[in-house]
Amino acid sequence: MNAWSFFSGHRAEIASATLEHLVLVGISLAIAILIGVPTGMLIVRRPRLRGMALGFANVVQTIPSLALFGFLIPIPFLGGIGRRTAIVALVLYALLPILRNTFVGLTGIDPAVLEAAEAMGMTETQILWRVRLPLALSVIMAGIRTATVITIGVATIAAAIGAGGLGTFIFRGVAMVSDAVILAGAIPAALLALVADGALALLERRLRVI
Amino acid sequence: MVLLGRSGSGKTTLLKLANRLLLPKAGTVIVDGSSTAEWDPIQLRRRIGYVFQEAGLFPHYTVAENVGLVPWLERWDAQRRSDRVEEMLQLVGLDPREFAGRHPRELSGGQRQRVGVARALAADPPILLMDEPFGALDPVTRAELQREFASLARRLQKTIVFVTHDLREALLLGTRIVLLESGRIVADAAPQDFLTLEHPEAKAFAASLEAPQAQAIR
Repeated sequence: MNAWSFFSGHRAEIASATLEHLVLVGISLAIAILIGVPTGMLIVRRPRLRGMALGFANVVQTIPSLALFGFLIPIPFLGGIGRRTAIVALVLYALLPILRNTFVGLTGIDPAVLEAAEAMGMTETQILWRVRLPLALSVIMAGIRTATVITIGVATIAAAIGAGGLGTFIFRGVAMVSDAVILAGAIPAALLALVADGALALLERRLRVI
Repeated sequence: MVLLGRSGSGKTTLLKLANRLLLPKAGTVIVDGSSTAEWDPIQLRRRIGYVFQEAGLFPHYTVAENVGLVPWLERWDAQRRSDRVEEMLQLVGLDPREFAGRHPRELSGGQRQRVGVARALAADPPILLMDEPFGALDPVTRAELQREFASLARRLQKTIVFVTHDLREALLLGTRIVLLESGRIVADAAPQDFLTLEHPEAKAFAASLEAPQAQAIR
């Protein structure tokens, strides 16, 4: 079957799978940011927690994605078949770049600026919110951008546990030995990743201070 | 008062002890009648203006936000704050209309130092600490700022502790020169008496003053 004719014949289906994919990625990223950024802020001043949090995120990153989806299925509450399990796995994957960049951004600030803040009588909390965070924003954004691209890619595998999205076409195409069907999932996923990467790169540049 | 000494003689350490960026291992540092160990560090630091060698301005704030920071921390209302920022910028010779909205990266080194001085003075602290504030500037700008600051300092009537390794600057700005060597005070003199001191380190500094001319004549 010709890829182009499959595309035009299944436009509505591809569009709804793309939307499903976006929702999956959007929810996962939102949760990962809500966990990753505050945790990154917290570990700036807590060295013991820092080792644990960064270690955990690192270990998760080393688990092959298909295996992680598989591992989660038997776990009560978090697991099972479907979208919820997929979101848990995607959040875990997105966590490392966000957490690490938040931490690196907050701690990689010119010591002279931090000393000035301290000498002017700012409290630790004020320094974190008024100095560290605004100066770290572009680095944090870079982490979110990496996480977005990873999540869009890994989310295609979520179809293996019935979470839907563009991966549905890829798995179906593999089963049918049909390039056209695989491409119907792969091309929109690749385009999504490229567009998201470009848009977030722009945002990142606008947030850069120096 | 000017703290004079070579690099590593303890000038900056002494300044940091005064606003409790450092606490002494032994002995006490008395500011306004109380030991810095007893002062609340935040309260203490807001009563002490600090000017850094590289200005230490916040790159993500405009000039106005930098200058208005301590008043903001002290919860001044917006009107009083912006009036004060304007007053401070005029005091250091920067036109508020032109500079208030700029970011530090859009300023020259000399302008940054002026903003640094304005920021340190904004909340009208009784004490001002200055750590080689003109050290990183080109000689012409440095001389300009030194002259202006000398007259500003006379008008301000504040306790100013000024760190430098440049005797010329110390003589120009100081009403009292304290010479440090390896963490110890080795001389404490009025500027007009400094050049006649017998201590070897004082003589070494006096010689540094004369050396270039002497070589030029030969």
